[in-house]
Amino acid sequence: MNPANFYALVGIGLFCIGLFGMIINSHLLRKILAFNIMGSGVFLVLVALGRRAENLPADPVPHAMVITGIVVAVSATALALTLMIKVATQTGQATLPDEDDK
Amino acid sequence: MAIENALMAFPMASIWAVTLVLLPLAGVICCFLLPRISRTLGLFTSFANLISVSGLGWQLLEHGSYRHAVGGWGAPLGIELYADGLSLLMLATTAMVGFAISVYSTAYFKPAVGVRFWPIWLCLLTALNTLFLSADIFNLYVTLELMGLSAVALTALTGSKEALNGAMRYLLASLLASLSYLLGVVLLYHSFGSVDISLLTQQMQAPSATLAAATPAVWAALGLMGAGLMLKTAIFPLHFWLPPAHGSAPAPVSALLSALVIKASFYILLRLWFTLFEPLVDGEAINSLLGLLGCAAILWGSVQAIRQTRLKLLIAYSTVAQIGYLFLVFPLASNMGSVAWNAIAYLIISHALAKSAMFLCAGNLLRFGGHDRIADLDRVVQRLPLTAAAFALAGVSIMGIPPSGGFIGKWLLLETAIIQGRWDLVAVIIIGGLLAAVYIFKVIGYTFSPAQITHEAHNVSARMQWSALLLAIGAVLLGFLSLPVLSLLNISDATITSGVGL
Repeated sequence: MNPANFYALVGIGLFCIGLFGMIINSHLLRKILAFNIMGSGVFLVLVALGRRAENLPADPVPHAMVITGIVVAVSATALALTLMIKVATQTGQATLPDEDDK
Repeated sequence: MAIENALMAFPMASIWAVTLVLLPLAGVICCFLLPRISRTLGLFTSFANLISVSGLGWQLLEHGSYRHAVGGWGAPLGIELYADGLSLLMLATTAMVGFAISVYSTAYFKPAVGVRFWPIWLCLLTALNTLFLSADIFNLYVTLELMGLSAVALTALTGSKEALNGAMRYLLASLLASLSYLLGVVLLYHSFGSVDISLLTQQMQAPSATLAAATPAVWAALGLMGAGLMLKTAIFPLHFWLPPAHGSAPAPVSALLSALVIKASFYILLRLWFTLFEPLVDGEAINSLLGLLGCAAILWGSVQAIRQTRLKLLIAYSTVAQIGYLFLVFPLASNMGSVAWNAIAYLIISHALAKSAMFLCAGNLLRFGGHDRIADLDRVVQRLPLTAAAFALAGVSIMGIPPSGGFIGKWLLLETAIIQGRWDLVAVIIIGGLLAAVYIFKVIGYTFSPAQITHEAHNVSARMQWSALLLAIGAVLLGFLSLPVLSLLNISDATITSGVGL
């Protein structure tokens, strides 16, 4: 296995860990952190697969995409954190009510 | 001379297409800088947007589908804008519904909330316009995120407990969906070295690539992108976030979310499914699965809608059901494309008009009585006749009674299902229509009866009543305009659309 594929697999692993964390955790901060781990996983896959073959230079396009992706992830995290604080001040807890509670 | 050359290089269509992206974006900035006149600016921008869409439509009718390389940088490196019949229809629906909702919002929002509403709504408009004009899957990701973030911010606008919880749930679902989509984009880029839809389609359809196309990476990309877009479109069983978000947002925002935002992710799914994924999914079990989810959504959403006691939640569950109809295109379009396509285009437009009218009516009733409990609607027919008429007309289109846009869409869908002998789908379409009649007549019935608990009635401005009524009339009139609307859909480009008559 070449290093690029190894990193790509690590990225997919991070994506899955983040997905798992986002689903099982009820605390909103943990969900937001898990989302960021998922995002890092996707970005790692994107950069790692940029090098198509050993003897070719790395493809620069994925790097541009990762930067765009990071900007989006930062804004999304900022919005999520603001919303979480608002939810916490309104309801006194940083979790979402269960579907059945209503 | 130089100017003439520049004009030659810049045909009219690209001016309109670029305007559609830049105009609302400029509106966002102006609304932030000049909050005092943000209401006027917002209304002006959405009107100018309507004119730009007509301009683009006129150019497309003259010259056919259009592709514009932004800044002279075309695919595979640059970003391209692309417009054909389907994108034009989506843009036109967005512009019409958006303008009506803007007129409504000038009367609905108090200045303190309006200052926040207008820039975010124009941001959503920018995202929608760009999404319908995008020609590459990565640009679609960016617009999808922009749309999701502004939609969430709009949902949380009132700051009430329900709205914040709904917005948070919506945000988490939306982020999960976009990351799943992005991982799919990454895998496709790795497999083919491009993100441009038409280049990807060519590579997928090339005979030598048939083997390569079936690689696990492409199937994984299909699964990830499909799942992400389905979560964003809120198809059963991924609809859990929709009712709380659409039910708790302010009425004009619910109208925007139900009419336009979920259609945008469905549009991407439709585009990808019938262009670059077509060689993979054609006639496969996955199309039947999508159809099955559609059927489940129609039945489950309608039954839930009947059970609701609050008007906005009823309308939100009705949206869940109506999305199901859109997914019936997947099992039906693979054999005989064009009729199923026309049906879906019709269902998208008529649902956008009718559902936005319904949510605006709900906003009027909420303003009028201070609540939206269906059982306490208290003789609305006499006291708010325009709103009651708007709700009834929108209901005609949602139920699919002739003559209305919803009828044409459902009739075409039914016809395709009968010709293909899919009697299971025929049954679901008919039962769905009957269930829709049950939940709509439940509301209409209560508007005639006096309520047990009476409320102090508040004044509802004429602008709010008329914009709802005009949208509902539009949904019904659509039933008479099938030829011109369907001819717009035929503006297409052989390289991007294959077998189906898109």
